[in-house]
Amino acid sequence: MLGKEVSATDDFVKGLWRENPVFVQMLGLCPALAVSNTAINALTMGLATTFVLLMSGISVSALRKFIPREARIVSFICIIASFVTAVDYLLAAISLELHRSLGAFIALIVVNCLILGRAEIFASKNTLSRSVLDALGMGVGFTAALLFIGVVREILGSGSLFGVALFPDNFQTWTVMVLPSGGFFAMAMWLLVVNWLKKQKEAAEKQAQEAAA
Amino acid sequence: MNAPDQGQQPPTSAWSIYRAIVGIGALCALLIVTVYMATADRIRENQERFLAFAVSQVLPATQSTVGVVLDENGQLVKTDETLTLPVFLGYGTDDELVGAIVTAQGMGYADNIRVLYAYSFELNAIVGFMILESRETPGLGDKVETEAHFVANFEALDATLTADGDALLNPIVTVKQGQKTEPWQLDGITGATITAEAIGKLLNDSANILVPALERDAAGFALNQTSEEQ
Amino acid sequence: MSDASHWSIFLNSALVNNFVLAYFLGLCPFFGVSAPLGTAVRMGGAVSFVMLVASVCAFSINLLLDAINAPYLRIISYILVIASTVQLVEMLMRKLSPPTFRALGIFLPLITTNCAILGVALFQTNRGYGFTSSVVYALGAGAGFALALVLMAGVREKLDLAEVPDLVKGTAAALVVGGILSMCFMGFAGLGR
Repeated sequence: MLGKEVSATDDFVKGLWRENPVFVQMLGLCPALAVSNTAINALTMGLATTFVLLMSGISVSALRKFIPREARIVSFICIIASFVTAVDYLLAAISLELHRSLGAFIALIVVNCLILGRAEIFASKNTLSRSVLDALGMGVGFTAALLFIGVVREILGSGSLFGVALFPDNFQTWTVMVLPSGGFFAMAMWLLVVNWLKKQKEAAEKQAQEAAA
Repeated sequence: MNAPDQGQQPPTSAWSIYRAIVGIGALCALLIVTVYMATADRIRENQERFLAFAVSQVLPATQSTVGVVLDENGQLVKTDETLTLPVFLGYGTDDELVGAIVTAQGMGYADNIRVLYAYSFELNAIVGFMILESRETPGLGDKVETEAHFVANFEALDATLTADGDALLNPIVTVKQGQKTEPWQLDGITGATITAEAIGKLLNDSANILVPALERDAAGFALNQTSEEQ
Repeated sequence: MSDASHWSIFLNSALVNNFVLAYFLGLCPFFGVSAPLGTAVRMGGAVSFVMLVASVCAFSINLLLDAINAPYLRIISYILVIASTVQLVEMLMRKLSPPTFRALGIFLPLITTNCAILGVALFQTNRGYGFTSSVVYALGAGAGFALALVLMAGVREKLDLAEVPDLVKGTAAALVVGGILSMCFMGFAGLGR
C-alpha cells in the first residue's frame, strides 16, 4: 500500500519538475512564448490551460471505458475543444480586459500538445483520482514555467511586475524581452538553468553512488 | 509487453464507435451551450460597461446614446443590435446632439487596432480618441496611447467635408513627429511610425465613409423619436 | 472589410508577422523536424497545404456559423475540420508519395496540433478577411512557415557540427537561433505598406 501512496503524490509532483511540460517535455511551447510578455498574461494562460487539462482529464478518465480505440483522438479533440470554448466564455465573463489581451491564444489552447498528450498517455488509461492528480501536476508545472518566463520578460522588458512599476522612470527597459525574440531568449535562459541543475543533480547522485560503492 | 490476449482483441463494432462519437458529441454540445448561455449576460454587461466608460472618455458631455448603422443605401438608420463596429449618436443633458462616437479598426503592426473616436458636428472635427484594442509592441507601438503630443492630436483633428459633403476635404494623414502644420494632420511618433501611420489611415478610412453620412442624416435623429419613425 | 492589398497581406503573413518567428505558432515542428533540410521542405509543404485547405474551410464554416448565429461552435468546428484535413493529407501522401510519408513519420499526424494552422483560421476570422484575402493570407502564412523551417534546418545542420557547450546543446541553442532569426525578421517591418 505504501507503493500506491507514493505513486499518488508522484502523479502530482512529476509534472512540477521531473516531467515539467515546458522545460522537460517541450510541449505547449506556443502559448509559453506567445503570451508570456507580461506576468499577468502568463498567469492567466497557465490557469486557463490548467482548467482545460483538469476538466478534460476528468472527462476522458471518466469516459475511458466508453470510448473505443478507433474513436479516441476524435473524442479527445471534441472534449478538449468544448472545454476550451467554455474557458473562453468564462474568461470573457470574468475579465474582458484579460480576455482581450490574450485574444486568439485562448482558443489556441485546444492545440496545446500537452492536453492531448496527457489525455492520450495518462487519462485514458488511469483512474479518475490519478488523472486528476496528473492533470493538476502538469497544470501547475506549466503555469509555473510560464510564470518564470513571463516574470523575467516583464521585469526586463517593461520594468514592471504584474503592472506595478518596479524601477524609476529612467530605467532603460530592455524592450527586446517583450518582443518575440525575447520569448525565445528567456526560454533559452531558463532551459540553461534547468539543464545545469539537472547536471548538478546527476553529478551529486553519481558521487553518492561512488561513495556508497 | 502486453497481456497475451491483446493481439486477439476483436475489432470494435461500428455501433460502439458511433455510440461513443454521438454520445461525446452530445455531451460536448451540452457543455458548450450551457456555458455560453450562462455567461452571455455577464459578458454583455462587461462589454456595455466598457463601452460606457470609453464613451465617457472620448465625448464626456454624452448622457445617452443611440446606436446607428449604415444600411445598404448608405443611409444612417437606428439600430439596437450589437455590432462589431458600433456607431453612436451622443446626446447631452438637454437631449441635444453633442456628437457622434465611432468605432473603427485597421491593421497595425502586429494585429488589428480598434479605436473609438468622437466627432463633433459643431467643430467638424474629431475631438476625442481612445484605443480599444491593440496588440502593438509594448513600449514602442503602444506609445500611441500614452505619448502626450500624439494624444494632443485629437483635441480638434479636422474632418471638414468637401462642398458636396461626399468625402473629407483633406484626408487625415500621419506626418513625421514635429512636422504637423495642418489641423488634419497627425503628428507622428518616431519609433512607432508604423502604428502611428496605421492609426492615421484607419481614421481616414472610417471618417471618409461615416462623416458624410453623419452630417447628412444625424440631425434627423431626435432623442424622443422611437424606432417606428425611421 | 480589409483595405489592405493582397500583396501586403501576403508579405505581412509571410515575413513581417511570420507565424513562427513573430506569433510563436508552429513551434513543435520548428524545433523538432527541422534537422535535415529535405524533411524541412516537405514538412513546410505539407503544412502549407493544410493551411490553405483549413483557411478555405474556416471561411465557409464561419459563413455558416454567422447564418445560424452559433459563434460558440467556432473552436470545435475549426479543429475538427483541421483534424480531418490532416487525416486526408496523410492518406493521400501514403498513396502518392510513400517516401515522404515515411520521412515525416509521427510529425504528420502532429500537424493537427500545429498551432499555426488553427492560428491562420482564427486570425483571418478575427480580422474579417474576405475569401481571396483569406486565401492569400493562408498562402503567405504557409510560405513564411516553410521559410522559417528551412532557415532553421540550414542553421541547425551547421550547429550540429559546431563546438557548443554541453549545457547549451540541443533545444537551448535552437531557441537562441530562433530568437536571432526573429530579430532579423523584425527588419521586415513596414514592408508592403
